[in-house]
Amino acid sequence: MILLLLISLLFVGGLLAWLAEMFDKNLPRVVAISSLIIALLVMLTLLGNDANSDGWIATLDWQWIPQFGIGFYLAADGLSVLLLILTAFLGVIAVAAAWDEIHDRPGFFYFNLLWTLAGVIGVFTALDLFLFFFFWEVMLIPMYFIIAIWGHENKNYAAMKFFIFTQVSGLLMLAAILMMAFLHSVQYGTPSFRYEDLLSVSTSGMLGTLTMLGFFIAFTTKLPSVPFHSWLPDAHSQAPTAGSVILAGILLKTGAYGLIRFAVPLFPEASLAFAPVAMALAAISIVYCAKVAFAQEDIKRLIAYTSVSHMGFVTLGVYAWNEQALQGAVMTMLAHGLSAAALFMLAGGLQHRIHTRHMPDMGGFWGQVPRMSVVALFFSVAALGMPGLGNFIGEFLALLGAFQANILFTAIAALGLILASVYSLWVIQKVFHGDFAKEKYDNGQLSDLNQREMTFFILMMLGLIWMGLYPQSFLNLSEPVLNGLLSMTAELTQTGGGL
Amino acid sequence: MLTQIWLMPTLPLLGFLSLVLTAGTLPKRAVAVIGAGSIGLAFLVALSVAIQFLASGEEAVTQSLWVWMSVGGFNPGFSFYIDGLTVVMMLVITGVGFLIHLYSTGFMIDDPSYSRFFSYMNLFVAAMLTLVLADNLVLLYLGWEGVGLCSYLLIGFWYTNPENGYAARKAFVVTRVGDTSMALGLFLLFAQLGTLNIQDMLHAAEAEWQVGSGMAIAAALLLLGGAVGKSAQLPLQTWLPDAMAGPTPISALIHAATMVTAGVYLIARTHVVFELAPSVQELVAWIGLITLLMSGFTAMAQHDIKRILAYSTISQIGYMFLGLGVGAWSAAIFHLMTHAFFKALLFLGAGTVILSLHHEHDIFKMGGKRKQLPVAFLSFLIGGLALTAFPFTSGFFSKDEILLAALALEGPGTILWLGGVIGAFFTGIYTFRLIFVVFFGESKGHDQEKEVAGWNMAGPLFVLMLLSLVGGFISIPVDAVFAHGEEHAEHHVSTLIHGIMIVVPLIGIAISYLFYCSGQLSIDKLMASKLAQSLHRFWFSGWGMDKLYDGLFVRPFVALARLNSKDFIDWLYGLLVSLTRWGNALVVKSQTGYLRWYALSIALGLAVLLTLGVTL
Repeated sequence: MILLLLISLLFVGGLLAWLAEMFDKNLPRVVAISSLIIALLVMLTLLGNDANSDGWIATLDWQWIPQFGIGFYLAADGLSVLLLILTAFLGVIAVAAAWDEIHDRPGFFYFNLLWTLAGVIGVFTALDLFLFFFFWEVMLIPMYFIIAIWGHENKNYAAMKFFIFTQVSGLLMLAAILMMAFLHSVQYGTPSFRYEDLLSVSTSGMLGTLTMLGFFIAFTTKLPSVPFHSWLPDAHSQAPTAGSVILAGILLKTGAYGLIRFAVPLFPEASLAFAPVAMALAAISIVYCAKVAFAQEDIKRLIAYTSVSHMGFVTLGVYAWNEQALQGAVMTMLAHGLSAAALFMLAGGLQHRIHTRHMPDMGGFWGQVPRMSVVALFFSVAALGMPGLGNFIGEFLALLGAFQANILFTAIAALGLILASVYSLWVIQKVFHGDFAKEKYDNGQLSDLNQREMTFFILMMLGLIWMGLYPQSFLNLSEPVLNGLLSMTAELTQTGGGL
Repeated sequence: MLTQIWLMPTLPLLGFLSLVLTAGTLPKRAVAVIGAGSIGLAFLVALSVAIQFLASGEEAVTQSLWVWMSVGGFNPGFSFYIDGLTVVMMLVITGVGFLIHLYSTGFMIDDPSYSRFFSYMNLFVAAMLTLVLADNLVLLYLGWEGVGLCSYLLIGFWYTNPENGYAARKAFVVTRVGDTSMALGLFLLFAQLGTLNIQDMLHAAEAEWQVGSGMAIAAALLLLGGAVGKSAQLPLQTWLPDAMAGPTPISALIHAATMVTAGVYLIARTHVVFELAPSVQELVAWIGLITLLMSGFTAMAQHDIKRILAYSTISQIGYMFLGLGVGAWSAAIFHLMTHAFFKALLFLGAGTVILSLHHEHDIFKMGGKRKQLPVAFLSFLIGGLALTAFPFTSGFFSKDEILLAALALEGPGTILWLGGVIGAFFTGIYTFRLIFVVFFGESKGHDQEKEVAGWNMAGPLFVLMLLSLVGGFISIPVDAVFAHGEEHAEHHVSTLIHGIMIVVPLIGIAISYLFYCSGQLSIDKLMASKLAQSLHRFWFSGWGMDKLYDGLFVRPFVALARLNSKDFIDWLYGLLVSLTRWGNALVVKSQTGYLRWYALSIALGLAVLLTLGVTL
């Protein structure tokens, strides 16, 4: 029940925010942030609940269209709860980022924001694949509007590209989902979209591989991974800051979640055979996108490419399929959610102040905006994998686990550690170090981060430090889930010697 | 027992936090008290821990704070481990570190970013202490990356000059190459041995690996990669000379006394792995030898007072590697300690020279400064004598031990020894070239300036002078750490060998005297030939290594990145779009609106279908 409450809270909150605009232009943001804070508090109560015998902390199981085996089936375990909390937390941050930035039709903006997040919560909790697909679409369309209406100079192109990539890959997933329901009806007599039912469907052979690829492509387009990544730099550079925060911090993680929850467990044999390819793609993503990132002059494009690079560690970890690697993937999702969101907010803050994202026009800001510089340094250093901060835990565990599965691709992926330092420090150099060209920026009247901005940056910093120094709080939540998934595929991996 | 170990890294960390959170609003005096005081307190804690530990007679003590992460049998913790080796390292770091902090309170007094400087310095000490106190390789890696970060921040401390930023990034990226190799080493060790707790890992390695086995070799090589990066040895030594862009106390603390010796510490700490891979251990010796000779040549060609000292540091760490490579573990650590004394002294002395002479770095623009800069002169004299291993100074004992251990080695021992002696000869030349050029002869300018040396700057210099002179008589308590690996057979070495090792550096000093002080030999005549000039240029550039790496890695990477800045994969999708549009345009053309065209196409289509139907 609590899960339905969460989703409806955001759906209703979105509608209220839209209506609120009629009374006061500043009311929608208050409605939005209130509903997100309430949602966050409700989620935190989930932490106190014990898991049932199947490992679920909260479930809701209603019939919907029984003829086709479709149910309104929501459930959350430790992994979902972690991602839900991340979603609500970054949702609050996103509203805070939009606070002074969105003046045009704020009601509709916050409506879209909350509906996207409602879709995300649905994705993280739906255990009926039909319902899952429904939420998958729900989070897409409002996001399209956010980019297309409140974006920057090239917003229509970027929004359309985002839509087409997601829609085409979503179509493949829909075909794959239908195929799974069909296979269930062939093997068990009735169609079903229920997760547990589909887990027992035998998916060996060519057909299984093709169906698996439908999921894989949809999820790695969202993640994204080379070669399906090229929508992301455009979407990010054009989206408003709050859009980037949601996109980088949360939406990308739905792809990673899909890989862990569906792509591998539903197709253990096919995934086992496919793992070397996936790990190779991961290693290529890491190195290739790090290199492309380095050459970007648009700071948001640069950060977008680094996102793709970091998400490579998630793919690598998932397809190494052992406990360290999976925990690494999950920690990378959480930590990157915070660090990437913060970096996009900094880029947005810069753009807000100097009206450009073009890095060659920047330099020497350290002396002008010291608080912003320190914050930027912190998150750059987090992104390059400094031990003691969350990103390190994720990438280190992912590599540690991946090394046991495939030494070659792990070694290539590890090159990403070097390249991450190259591009991160390059950004610091270009933007904050060097000489300050005062005449370019209204004679040096740059305003430093204000109290509102500092508050949420400090919250995100504390989050990363917590993840870096005591990751056990997070690992404990995901551990039973991941071990459950591992034991489901244990027979295979034992004979196959690692996925 | 020994419950206060955790205080050691925590005190500097608190110093860092209080300086960061006050964001430069504190008065300079308060910053100095916090910055230097936190390290002073850490030194007192280290001293008390060391005394208690040595009095207890235990072989090692562990203090566990909390489990960092626990994932499927991988359980590194925030746990500290103290044995004789740690004791030496933590005393050097906090002791020399405190002296350098105290010196910095005077040296940096006019800098507007006083507080930022001390916050980075304190963070550095906290990370460095974590590195040497860690009981597992993951925590060690935390310290390892932490000191790298602080090194980056401090090299680029004066950030408005892009050259400093370049030097800082170069230092970070080049060492990160080594760090990545080390990380892979950690993955390998865990995959093979199932733990990264250092002592457990070493025991498991001994139990599971044969001497010379492939896994041992691979693990040792990967760890060595990390060590050569941090310790600026071939082939990753190129970052250290440029790192001199930072304020001089940084060069003393990070790039002479502590961080750059972390590689030596790592190898000594994991020496069991290297003993299981004798070929890699021999490689360590050769890397040390070649590095010490190459940078000895380079040091002779430099003009910048700090770059001379930087190459000298690379060279002296080469001696430590040589010691490690021949299995003289404790001698290498001994040299690490004495080097920390005299090289910190030399760098701080250089700092006094530079500050007094308004940031002059070129030794050939100084000259005759011994009366004008008496404290600096004394520092250089004593530090220089220790560096050239003058009998009974600290450097003499430690270098002596390393060279004798090399000589005792079967096989390549004699060559390694000979190379080391030749290196000592160069050391004599370049060290006293610097001293003679700066402090003797005619003055070349900067006559009006007075020496800047308040008590807080002169005091540390005098303490370091004392340590450089008598530090060789300190006995370091590392025997138990290396007990089972080290051969303690007393070699009977002829007086001839001893004589050679004493006299050769002195010949170097004498040659330096003839060229640079008395003027009986002329450097200009020597430089007259084309060959000598090009050799000089070659050495001056550090054997062209920068150019080589620039051409081999940096330029191709940048060019490739620029070439593909538009991301050709995106271009492929663009191609798909164009194709679709083109197809669309084609089909649009067929929609002419003329009935006769439609009728024709229907007829044609029908004909084709019928033909197909008939033939099939």
